[in-house]
Amino acid sequence: MSDDNPAQTHQIGADVGLVLDSMTTALRGLCAQRHIQAPILIGIHTGGVWVAERLHARLGIEDPLGSLDISFYRDDFTRAGMHPQVHPSNIPVSLDNRHLILVDDVLFTGRTIRAAMNELFDHGRPASVTLAVLVDRGGRELPIQADVVGLRIALDAGEQIKLTGPAPLQLLRQGAAP
Amino acid sequence: MRRTLEIRGGRVIDPANRLDAITNVYIVGSKIAGIGTPPEGFKSRNVIDASGKVVCPGFVDLAARLREPGLEHKGSIASETRAAAASGITTLCVPPDTNPAIDAPPEVALIRRLAKRAGYAWVVSLGALTRGLDGEMLSDMGILKDAGVVGVSNAMRPIKSTMVLRRAMEYAATFKLPIHVYPLEPWLSERGSVHEGVVSTRLGLPGIPEAAETTEIARLLTLAEHTGCRVHFCRLSTRKGVKMIARAKADGLRVSADVAAHQLHLTETDIDGFNTYAHVMPPLRTTQDRDGLREGVADGTITCICSDHQPHEADAKLRPFMQTEPGISGLETLLPLTLSLVESGVLKMSQAISRLTAGPAQVLGTGVGSLEVGAVADLCVFDPEMDWRLTPEAMLSRGHNTPFMGLELRGQVCHTVHEGRISFARKPLLEEH
Amino acid sequence: MNLQLDDQGRLRHFLDIAGLPRDVLINIMDTAEKFSGVTEQAVKKVPLLRGKTIVNVFFENSTRTRTTFELAAKRLSADVLNLNISTSSASKGETLLDTLANLQAMHSDMFVVRHEDSGTAEFIARHVPPHVAVINAGDGRHAHPTQAMLDMFTIRRHKGSDFGRLRVAIVGDIMHSRVARSQIHALNTLLTGEVRVIAPRTLLPGNVREALGVHVFHRPEEGLRDVDVIIMLRLQKERMSGALLPSEHEYFQYWGLTQERLALAAPDAIVMHPGPINRGVEIDSVVADGDQSVILEQVTHGIAVRMAVMAMSMRSSGTEGAA
Repeated sequence: MSDDNPAQTHQIGADVGLVLDSMTTALRGLCAQRHIQAPILIGIHTGGVWVAERLHARLGIEDPLGSLDISFYRDDFTRAGMHPQVHPSNIPVSLDNRHLILVDDVLFTGRTIRAAMNELFDHGRPASVTLAVLVDRGGRELPIQADVVGLRIALDAGEQIKLTGPAPLQLLRQGAAP
Repeated sequence: MRRTLEIRGGRVIDPANRLDAITNVYIVGSKIAGIGTPPEGFKSRNVIDASGKVVCPGFVDLAARLREPGLEHKGSIASETRAAAASGITTLCVPPDTNPAIDAPPEVALIRRLAKRAGYAWVVSLGALTRGLDGEMLSDMGILKDAGVVGVSNAMRPIKSTMVLRRAMEYAATFKLPIHVYPLEPWLSERGSVHEGVVSTRLGLPGIPEAAETTEIARLLTLAEHTGCRVHFCRLSTRKGVKMIARAKADGLRVSADVAAHQLHLTETDIDGFNTYAHVMPPLRTTQDRDGLREGVADGTITCICSDHQPHEADAKLRPFMQTEPGISGLETLLPLTLSLVESGVLKMSQAISRLTAGPAQVLGTGVGSLEVGAVADLCVFDPEMDWRLTPEAMLSRGHNTPFMGLELRGQVCHTVHEGRISFARKPLLEEH
Repeated sequence: MNLQLDDQGRLRHFLDIAGLPRDVLINIMDTAEKFSGVTEQAVKKVPLLRGKTIVNVFFENSTRTRTTFELAAKRLSADVLNLNISTSSASKGETLLDTLANLQAMHSDMFVVRHEDSGTAEFIARHVPPHVAVINAGDGRHAHPTQAMLDMFTIRRHKGSDFGRLRVAIVGDIMHSRVARSQIHALNTLLTGEVRVIAPRTLLPGNVREALGVHVFHRPEEGLRDVDVIIMLRLQKERMSGALLPSEHEYFQYWGLTQERLALAAPDAIVMHPGPINRGVEIDSVVADGDQSVILEQVTHGIAVRMAVMAMSMRSSGTEGAA
């Protein structure tokens, strides 16, 4: 992000730690309500993994954290080609009949989540999938919504929101690219 | 009134007569009538202003494939001799590997007749050394000689055995026919398409080792001595080969040698990227070999520079490297490639012209290649300073297969005179607009 | 101009290891690492190249290589067409360019090409329209870059990514081997500590040291000492007797990889072979099936590496203008 004009970028006031706390509480409540025990947490590269790492610690989940790189499942290959940097997906345990919590940093169009779910189902058949996102910025293009949302921010057209990390986590709001 | 032509004020260079002076040349009919002083009663009807230009004998090209008969989709005697005229060439020698091969008088006569009809240059033939170039049975060399061939050769086709070669050389010597040989040992060069060395190893192309040339030269020199046959070595490509010829000459053997103009400039690295236009036979070799060839041309071991003209249709080069046909369309680069050796200090101007005129003329023995009063008027007038670019549009040869395409060249033919007639005239620049 | 890379340094075609920078080779291995995970999924394919058409054009028969390319393409969800074109049909008058024009008319997006003549893949790459990518599956004696990359991938898995501390020996018919040429280029690009070739003089190409940048040994007793990786090359049947070698018996006697010769290498040395192996000719069965052999792993890795190369060089419509 070093190329961006700093004048057009500003930090969002919310304390990410507090947002994560409220997400943790909400996830606990949701799991209790849905009778979910021992869920598997899976973060989506790259920001989603950072958020998932925090939630994994806060929720005290025993199974190791999973991570997904959805590069191979994107629907824009014909437009954008292969992404030059691909991280390996890491699904440490079998997903069959397990309850999953899929974590991403920002929910926007919903296309990333669609790709992630496609990939998850190529790994196995989970009992359920719950979606938790740090920020819902609006602008969905697919019928996908999060079960747990840390922050809802309405962005102007052309604006972007970006999570920087891995430590500390900060949310940046950026103007339209010049 | 007879046709006359005056070539005025040029630097007249005729190495055969050790002439290098600014003077006039007078032509009456088909003959040179005077150099310096006009013949009595000379009235010039046509004048070529040659001031600032070089005037020399028309070039003699020892090896040009004109593709007729048999391969007319690549070129014809008419198309290629026209390109020769535009390149200052007035005598061409064709190898016998036409289709059918030049192994009987009708082929010799056909080529002569077609050349005469086109009217751009003398075309002389080499006869086949063996029947149909099959490498086994001797051709009718006596009959071929009477039909007018200037020598015999098996071109690039192999001879079946050393015994056949020995007998062929003995028989050729009987008729005092020189044999033109391509020194490439067939077994060592089998399936090879490029020089065996760094580039062939990198590209994975089957190579032809230097030894393919040197072992064949050794065999031929031994047989030349044994049979008394006059041997002309065609298209040397290695430094060691040049050294062997130099030693043989010093030992008094009657041998001569030529080199293709492109061999004096290109090396194996020019085939990098599988450049099929640099696919030639013998192959382009190392920088040391190229420098050795240049030294040989300078010290007179090699007395002839030839075009080794091999026009091809476009498809012949549009294939994977090994499937392409070797050869360069070389007529139109013969002069600039030779002159660039003058510019780089390898040759003196008179040496360069000698390698294009007196040297090859001596190998052919047909009495061309010099400027004497009474001789046939074959001349070339060229501008040694003129820069031009080789483009497909600028080429007259039907073959556009050349690795020099698009390059800036120096030295351009202005006029060519063949048998006293202007066979080529470049329009003056002022009239071009 | 590098035919293989676009102006942003990304793969356009994959023809030859020579001319590719180190970071591209590393990127191929990293991407292959990711794809090797796909094989462990319940559904062993990803939708990446859905809707793309890949044509395997094999002018030289090779069921093995063609099968791995086919499997790689299918795991990327591409449509695959296999064409075996015997060169005899080509000699009936249809030129290579005619054949290609016909294939292009089928709207293919990628050609995977194998041909018996060096330089054919490059020739084809120069004559395809800009949206078509060309992968070299072996051309003459020139290059077999996907084989070389799967070998590098296998070496990296076993020996780590620092090739600088490795000694690698390639044993056998270097002269006729496109595999060896590509391996040597790859090893040198990855800054391998020492690359050796071991072969009788008849199986070494001219100026090999200078041309390819290798240390030359003629006998395994000298060349195998302390090496970390041994790559055995396949000896083609037609070379086994004649002017290049007297007999396969003699070849095994002096160049075959036996337990005794393997013991000269580093204790943890790995043994590789591009396959198919000639047991008892270039390698002893005991070694081929032994603990140090990674020959079958190479086959497995071949699929992930070919997936990586195909995905990375497949043209997207978005980059067409830039390319």
